[in-house]
Amino acid sequence: MEHLSAYEKVQLARHPQRPYFLDYVQHVCTDFVEVHGDRKFADDPAIVCGFGFLDGRAVCLVGHQKGRDTKQKLYRNFGMPKPEGYRKSYRVMKLAEKFRIPILTFIDTPGAYPGIDAEERGQAEAIAFNLREMSQMRVPIIATVTGEGGSGGALAIGVADRVNMLEYSIYSVIAPESCSAILWRDQLHAADAAEALKLTPEDLKKLNLIDEIFPEPEGGAQNDHAGMARSLRAALIRQLGELSKVPLDQLIEGRYSKFRAMGAFGE
Amino acid sequence: MTWFNREKRPLEATDEERHVVTEGLWIKCIGCKEALWKKDLEGNCQVCPKCGYHYKITAHERLNLLLDAGWQEHDAGMHATDPLEFTATKSYKVSLEQLPKKVGVNEAVITGQGKLDGYPIVCSAMEYNFIGGSMGSVVGEKITRAIERALDTRSAFVAVSCSGGARMQEGALSLMQMAKISAALAKLDKSNLPYISVLTDPTTGGVTASFAMLGDLNLAEPGALIGFAGPRVIEQTIRQKLPEGFQRSEFLLQHGMIDAIVERKELKPFISKSLKFFVG
Ligand SMILES: [Zn+2]
Repeated sequence: MEHLSAYEKVQLARHPQRPYFLDYVQHVCTDFVEVHGDRKFADDPAIVCGFGFLDGRAVCLVGHQKGRDTKQKLYRNFGMPKPEGYRKSYRVMKLAEKFRIPILTFIDTPGAYPGIDAEERGQAEAIAFNLREMSQMRVPIIATVTGEGGSGGALAIGVADRVNMLEYSIYSVIAPESCSAILWRDQLHAADAAEALKLTPEDLKKLNLIDEIFPEPEGGAQNDHAGMARSLRAALIRQLGELSKVPLDQLIEGRYSKFRAMGAFGE
Repeated sequence: MTWFNREKRPLEATDEERHVVTEGLWIKCIGCKEALWKKDLEGNCQVCPKCGYHYKITAHERLNLLLDAGWQEHDAGMHATDPLEFTATKSYKVSLEQLPKKVGVNEAVITGQGKLDGYPIVCSAMEYNFIGGSMGSVVGEKITRAIERALDTRSAFVAVSCSGGARMQEGALSLMQMAKISAALAKLDKSNLPYISVLTDPTTGGVTASFAMLGDLNLAEPGALIGFAGPRVIEQTIRQKLPEGFQRSEFLLQHGMIDAIVERKELKPFISKSLKFFVG
């Protein structure tokens, strides 16, 4: 589907039948147990955390969760986490670190929730804290953008040793609609904005911001959940195998260097 | 009645006079709406002497305000390269060509090293006039280098934020600067060197959601807009008007997100005292 425009790819990344985090969990690991709450304020259903077995070893799984029907969409807040969601993910990732369990994150959010309560409880601080702390966690971390990589709310669980994107996922500093509203001063240029923002996996790979692009089943992951999950599972097992061989100090230094090198400038 | 006589003065002002008049020696204060003599503002660090409204200051003014005389700027020549060849209604490349002359700096942050009341300091200050103080690759790189320089020279780090967030025109490259800077701050955090974050009006988006909120101390100037999402975005999402004072410094203090609200004049003594507590 090379002929797809950037904005068509955005639509595909948001496809209502695309596999969501819990769909992947079902196929990727066994014995999944969800753990809830940030121990400070609440449990945020827009981020799901838990543990399972992948290919015989324990893994920690953290992902944004969207809802399929109206009721679920509201319950999951359209996959837009509040501070307690990020704080829960931090708590569970620290738990994984404590027991030397590698972390797999699944990114699929329009962005962190922009609301009064989220601001009151420190949305910005919750995201910032995750960014800082994930950079030093002493276990392998693999992040995969499975759908929408919506800005800081996506990156907040995306500081990892391997950052992957599915073929029809996107990763962007801002939603093309919002970019259109700000830079074109109307809502009509979302397609132009999508093009300009360079948010496809190929773009990010070219900019050296991601490691791998995982191919999707014909027409997109929405057509074959099990098939997509199978190939994702195989790729995660392979990457975990690679990362497990790296001494921890080297792993952390590698993670630092990886993000340290991101950027394009002249001097 | 002498003022009647004054009315009879020639109405035609000379070009020079008119220039001075239109240049404006007086402004109407945004805070208290009273007439304000510009000289009074300048003599008071751009803070209204009547109501305390904090006007924006340039990045250079900020470093002069915080650092002892003789500080050195670093990476002054670093510039953006338009890696995405981004064009909306205006091309990013053209903006990048015009802005340095217009604003007087090459990017939305300047970084420097020097002393603060004798304490060794690395400091960054954002320049709002440069694309709203937005954070692209250059801002990310300069601040990361500043943090690494603080580590190398065992200095405290002070970051003054004034930014609308990540720079759209550099796409995901801008986004990743949040992770890059935060990772550097993790190293600083582990090295027991103080990091003081100063949030000024406005600090929103990716800047708040990365280094601005990670200070050992988060200090805010009075009345500054500070948040993750901008107020307009929130209003559109929840479809209701926001309460008075929402996302202002006082609101953040009340909700436990900042350590103190510090008036501009008091910033340097406050930081100096904090450093005395932290490093002796
Ligand atoms: Zn005033």
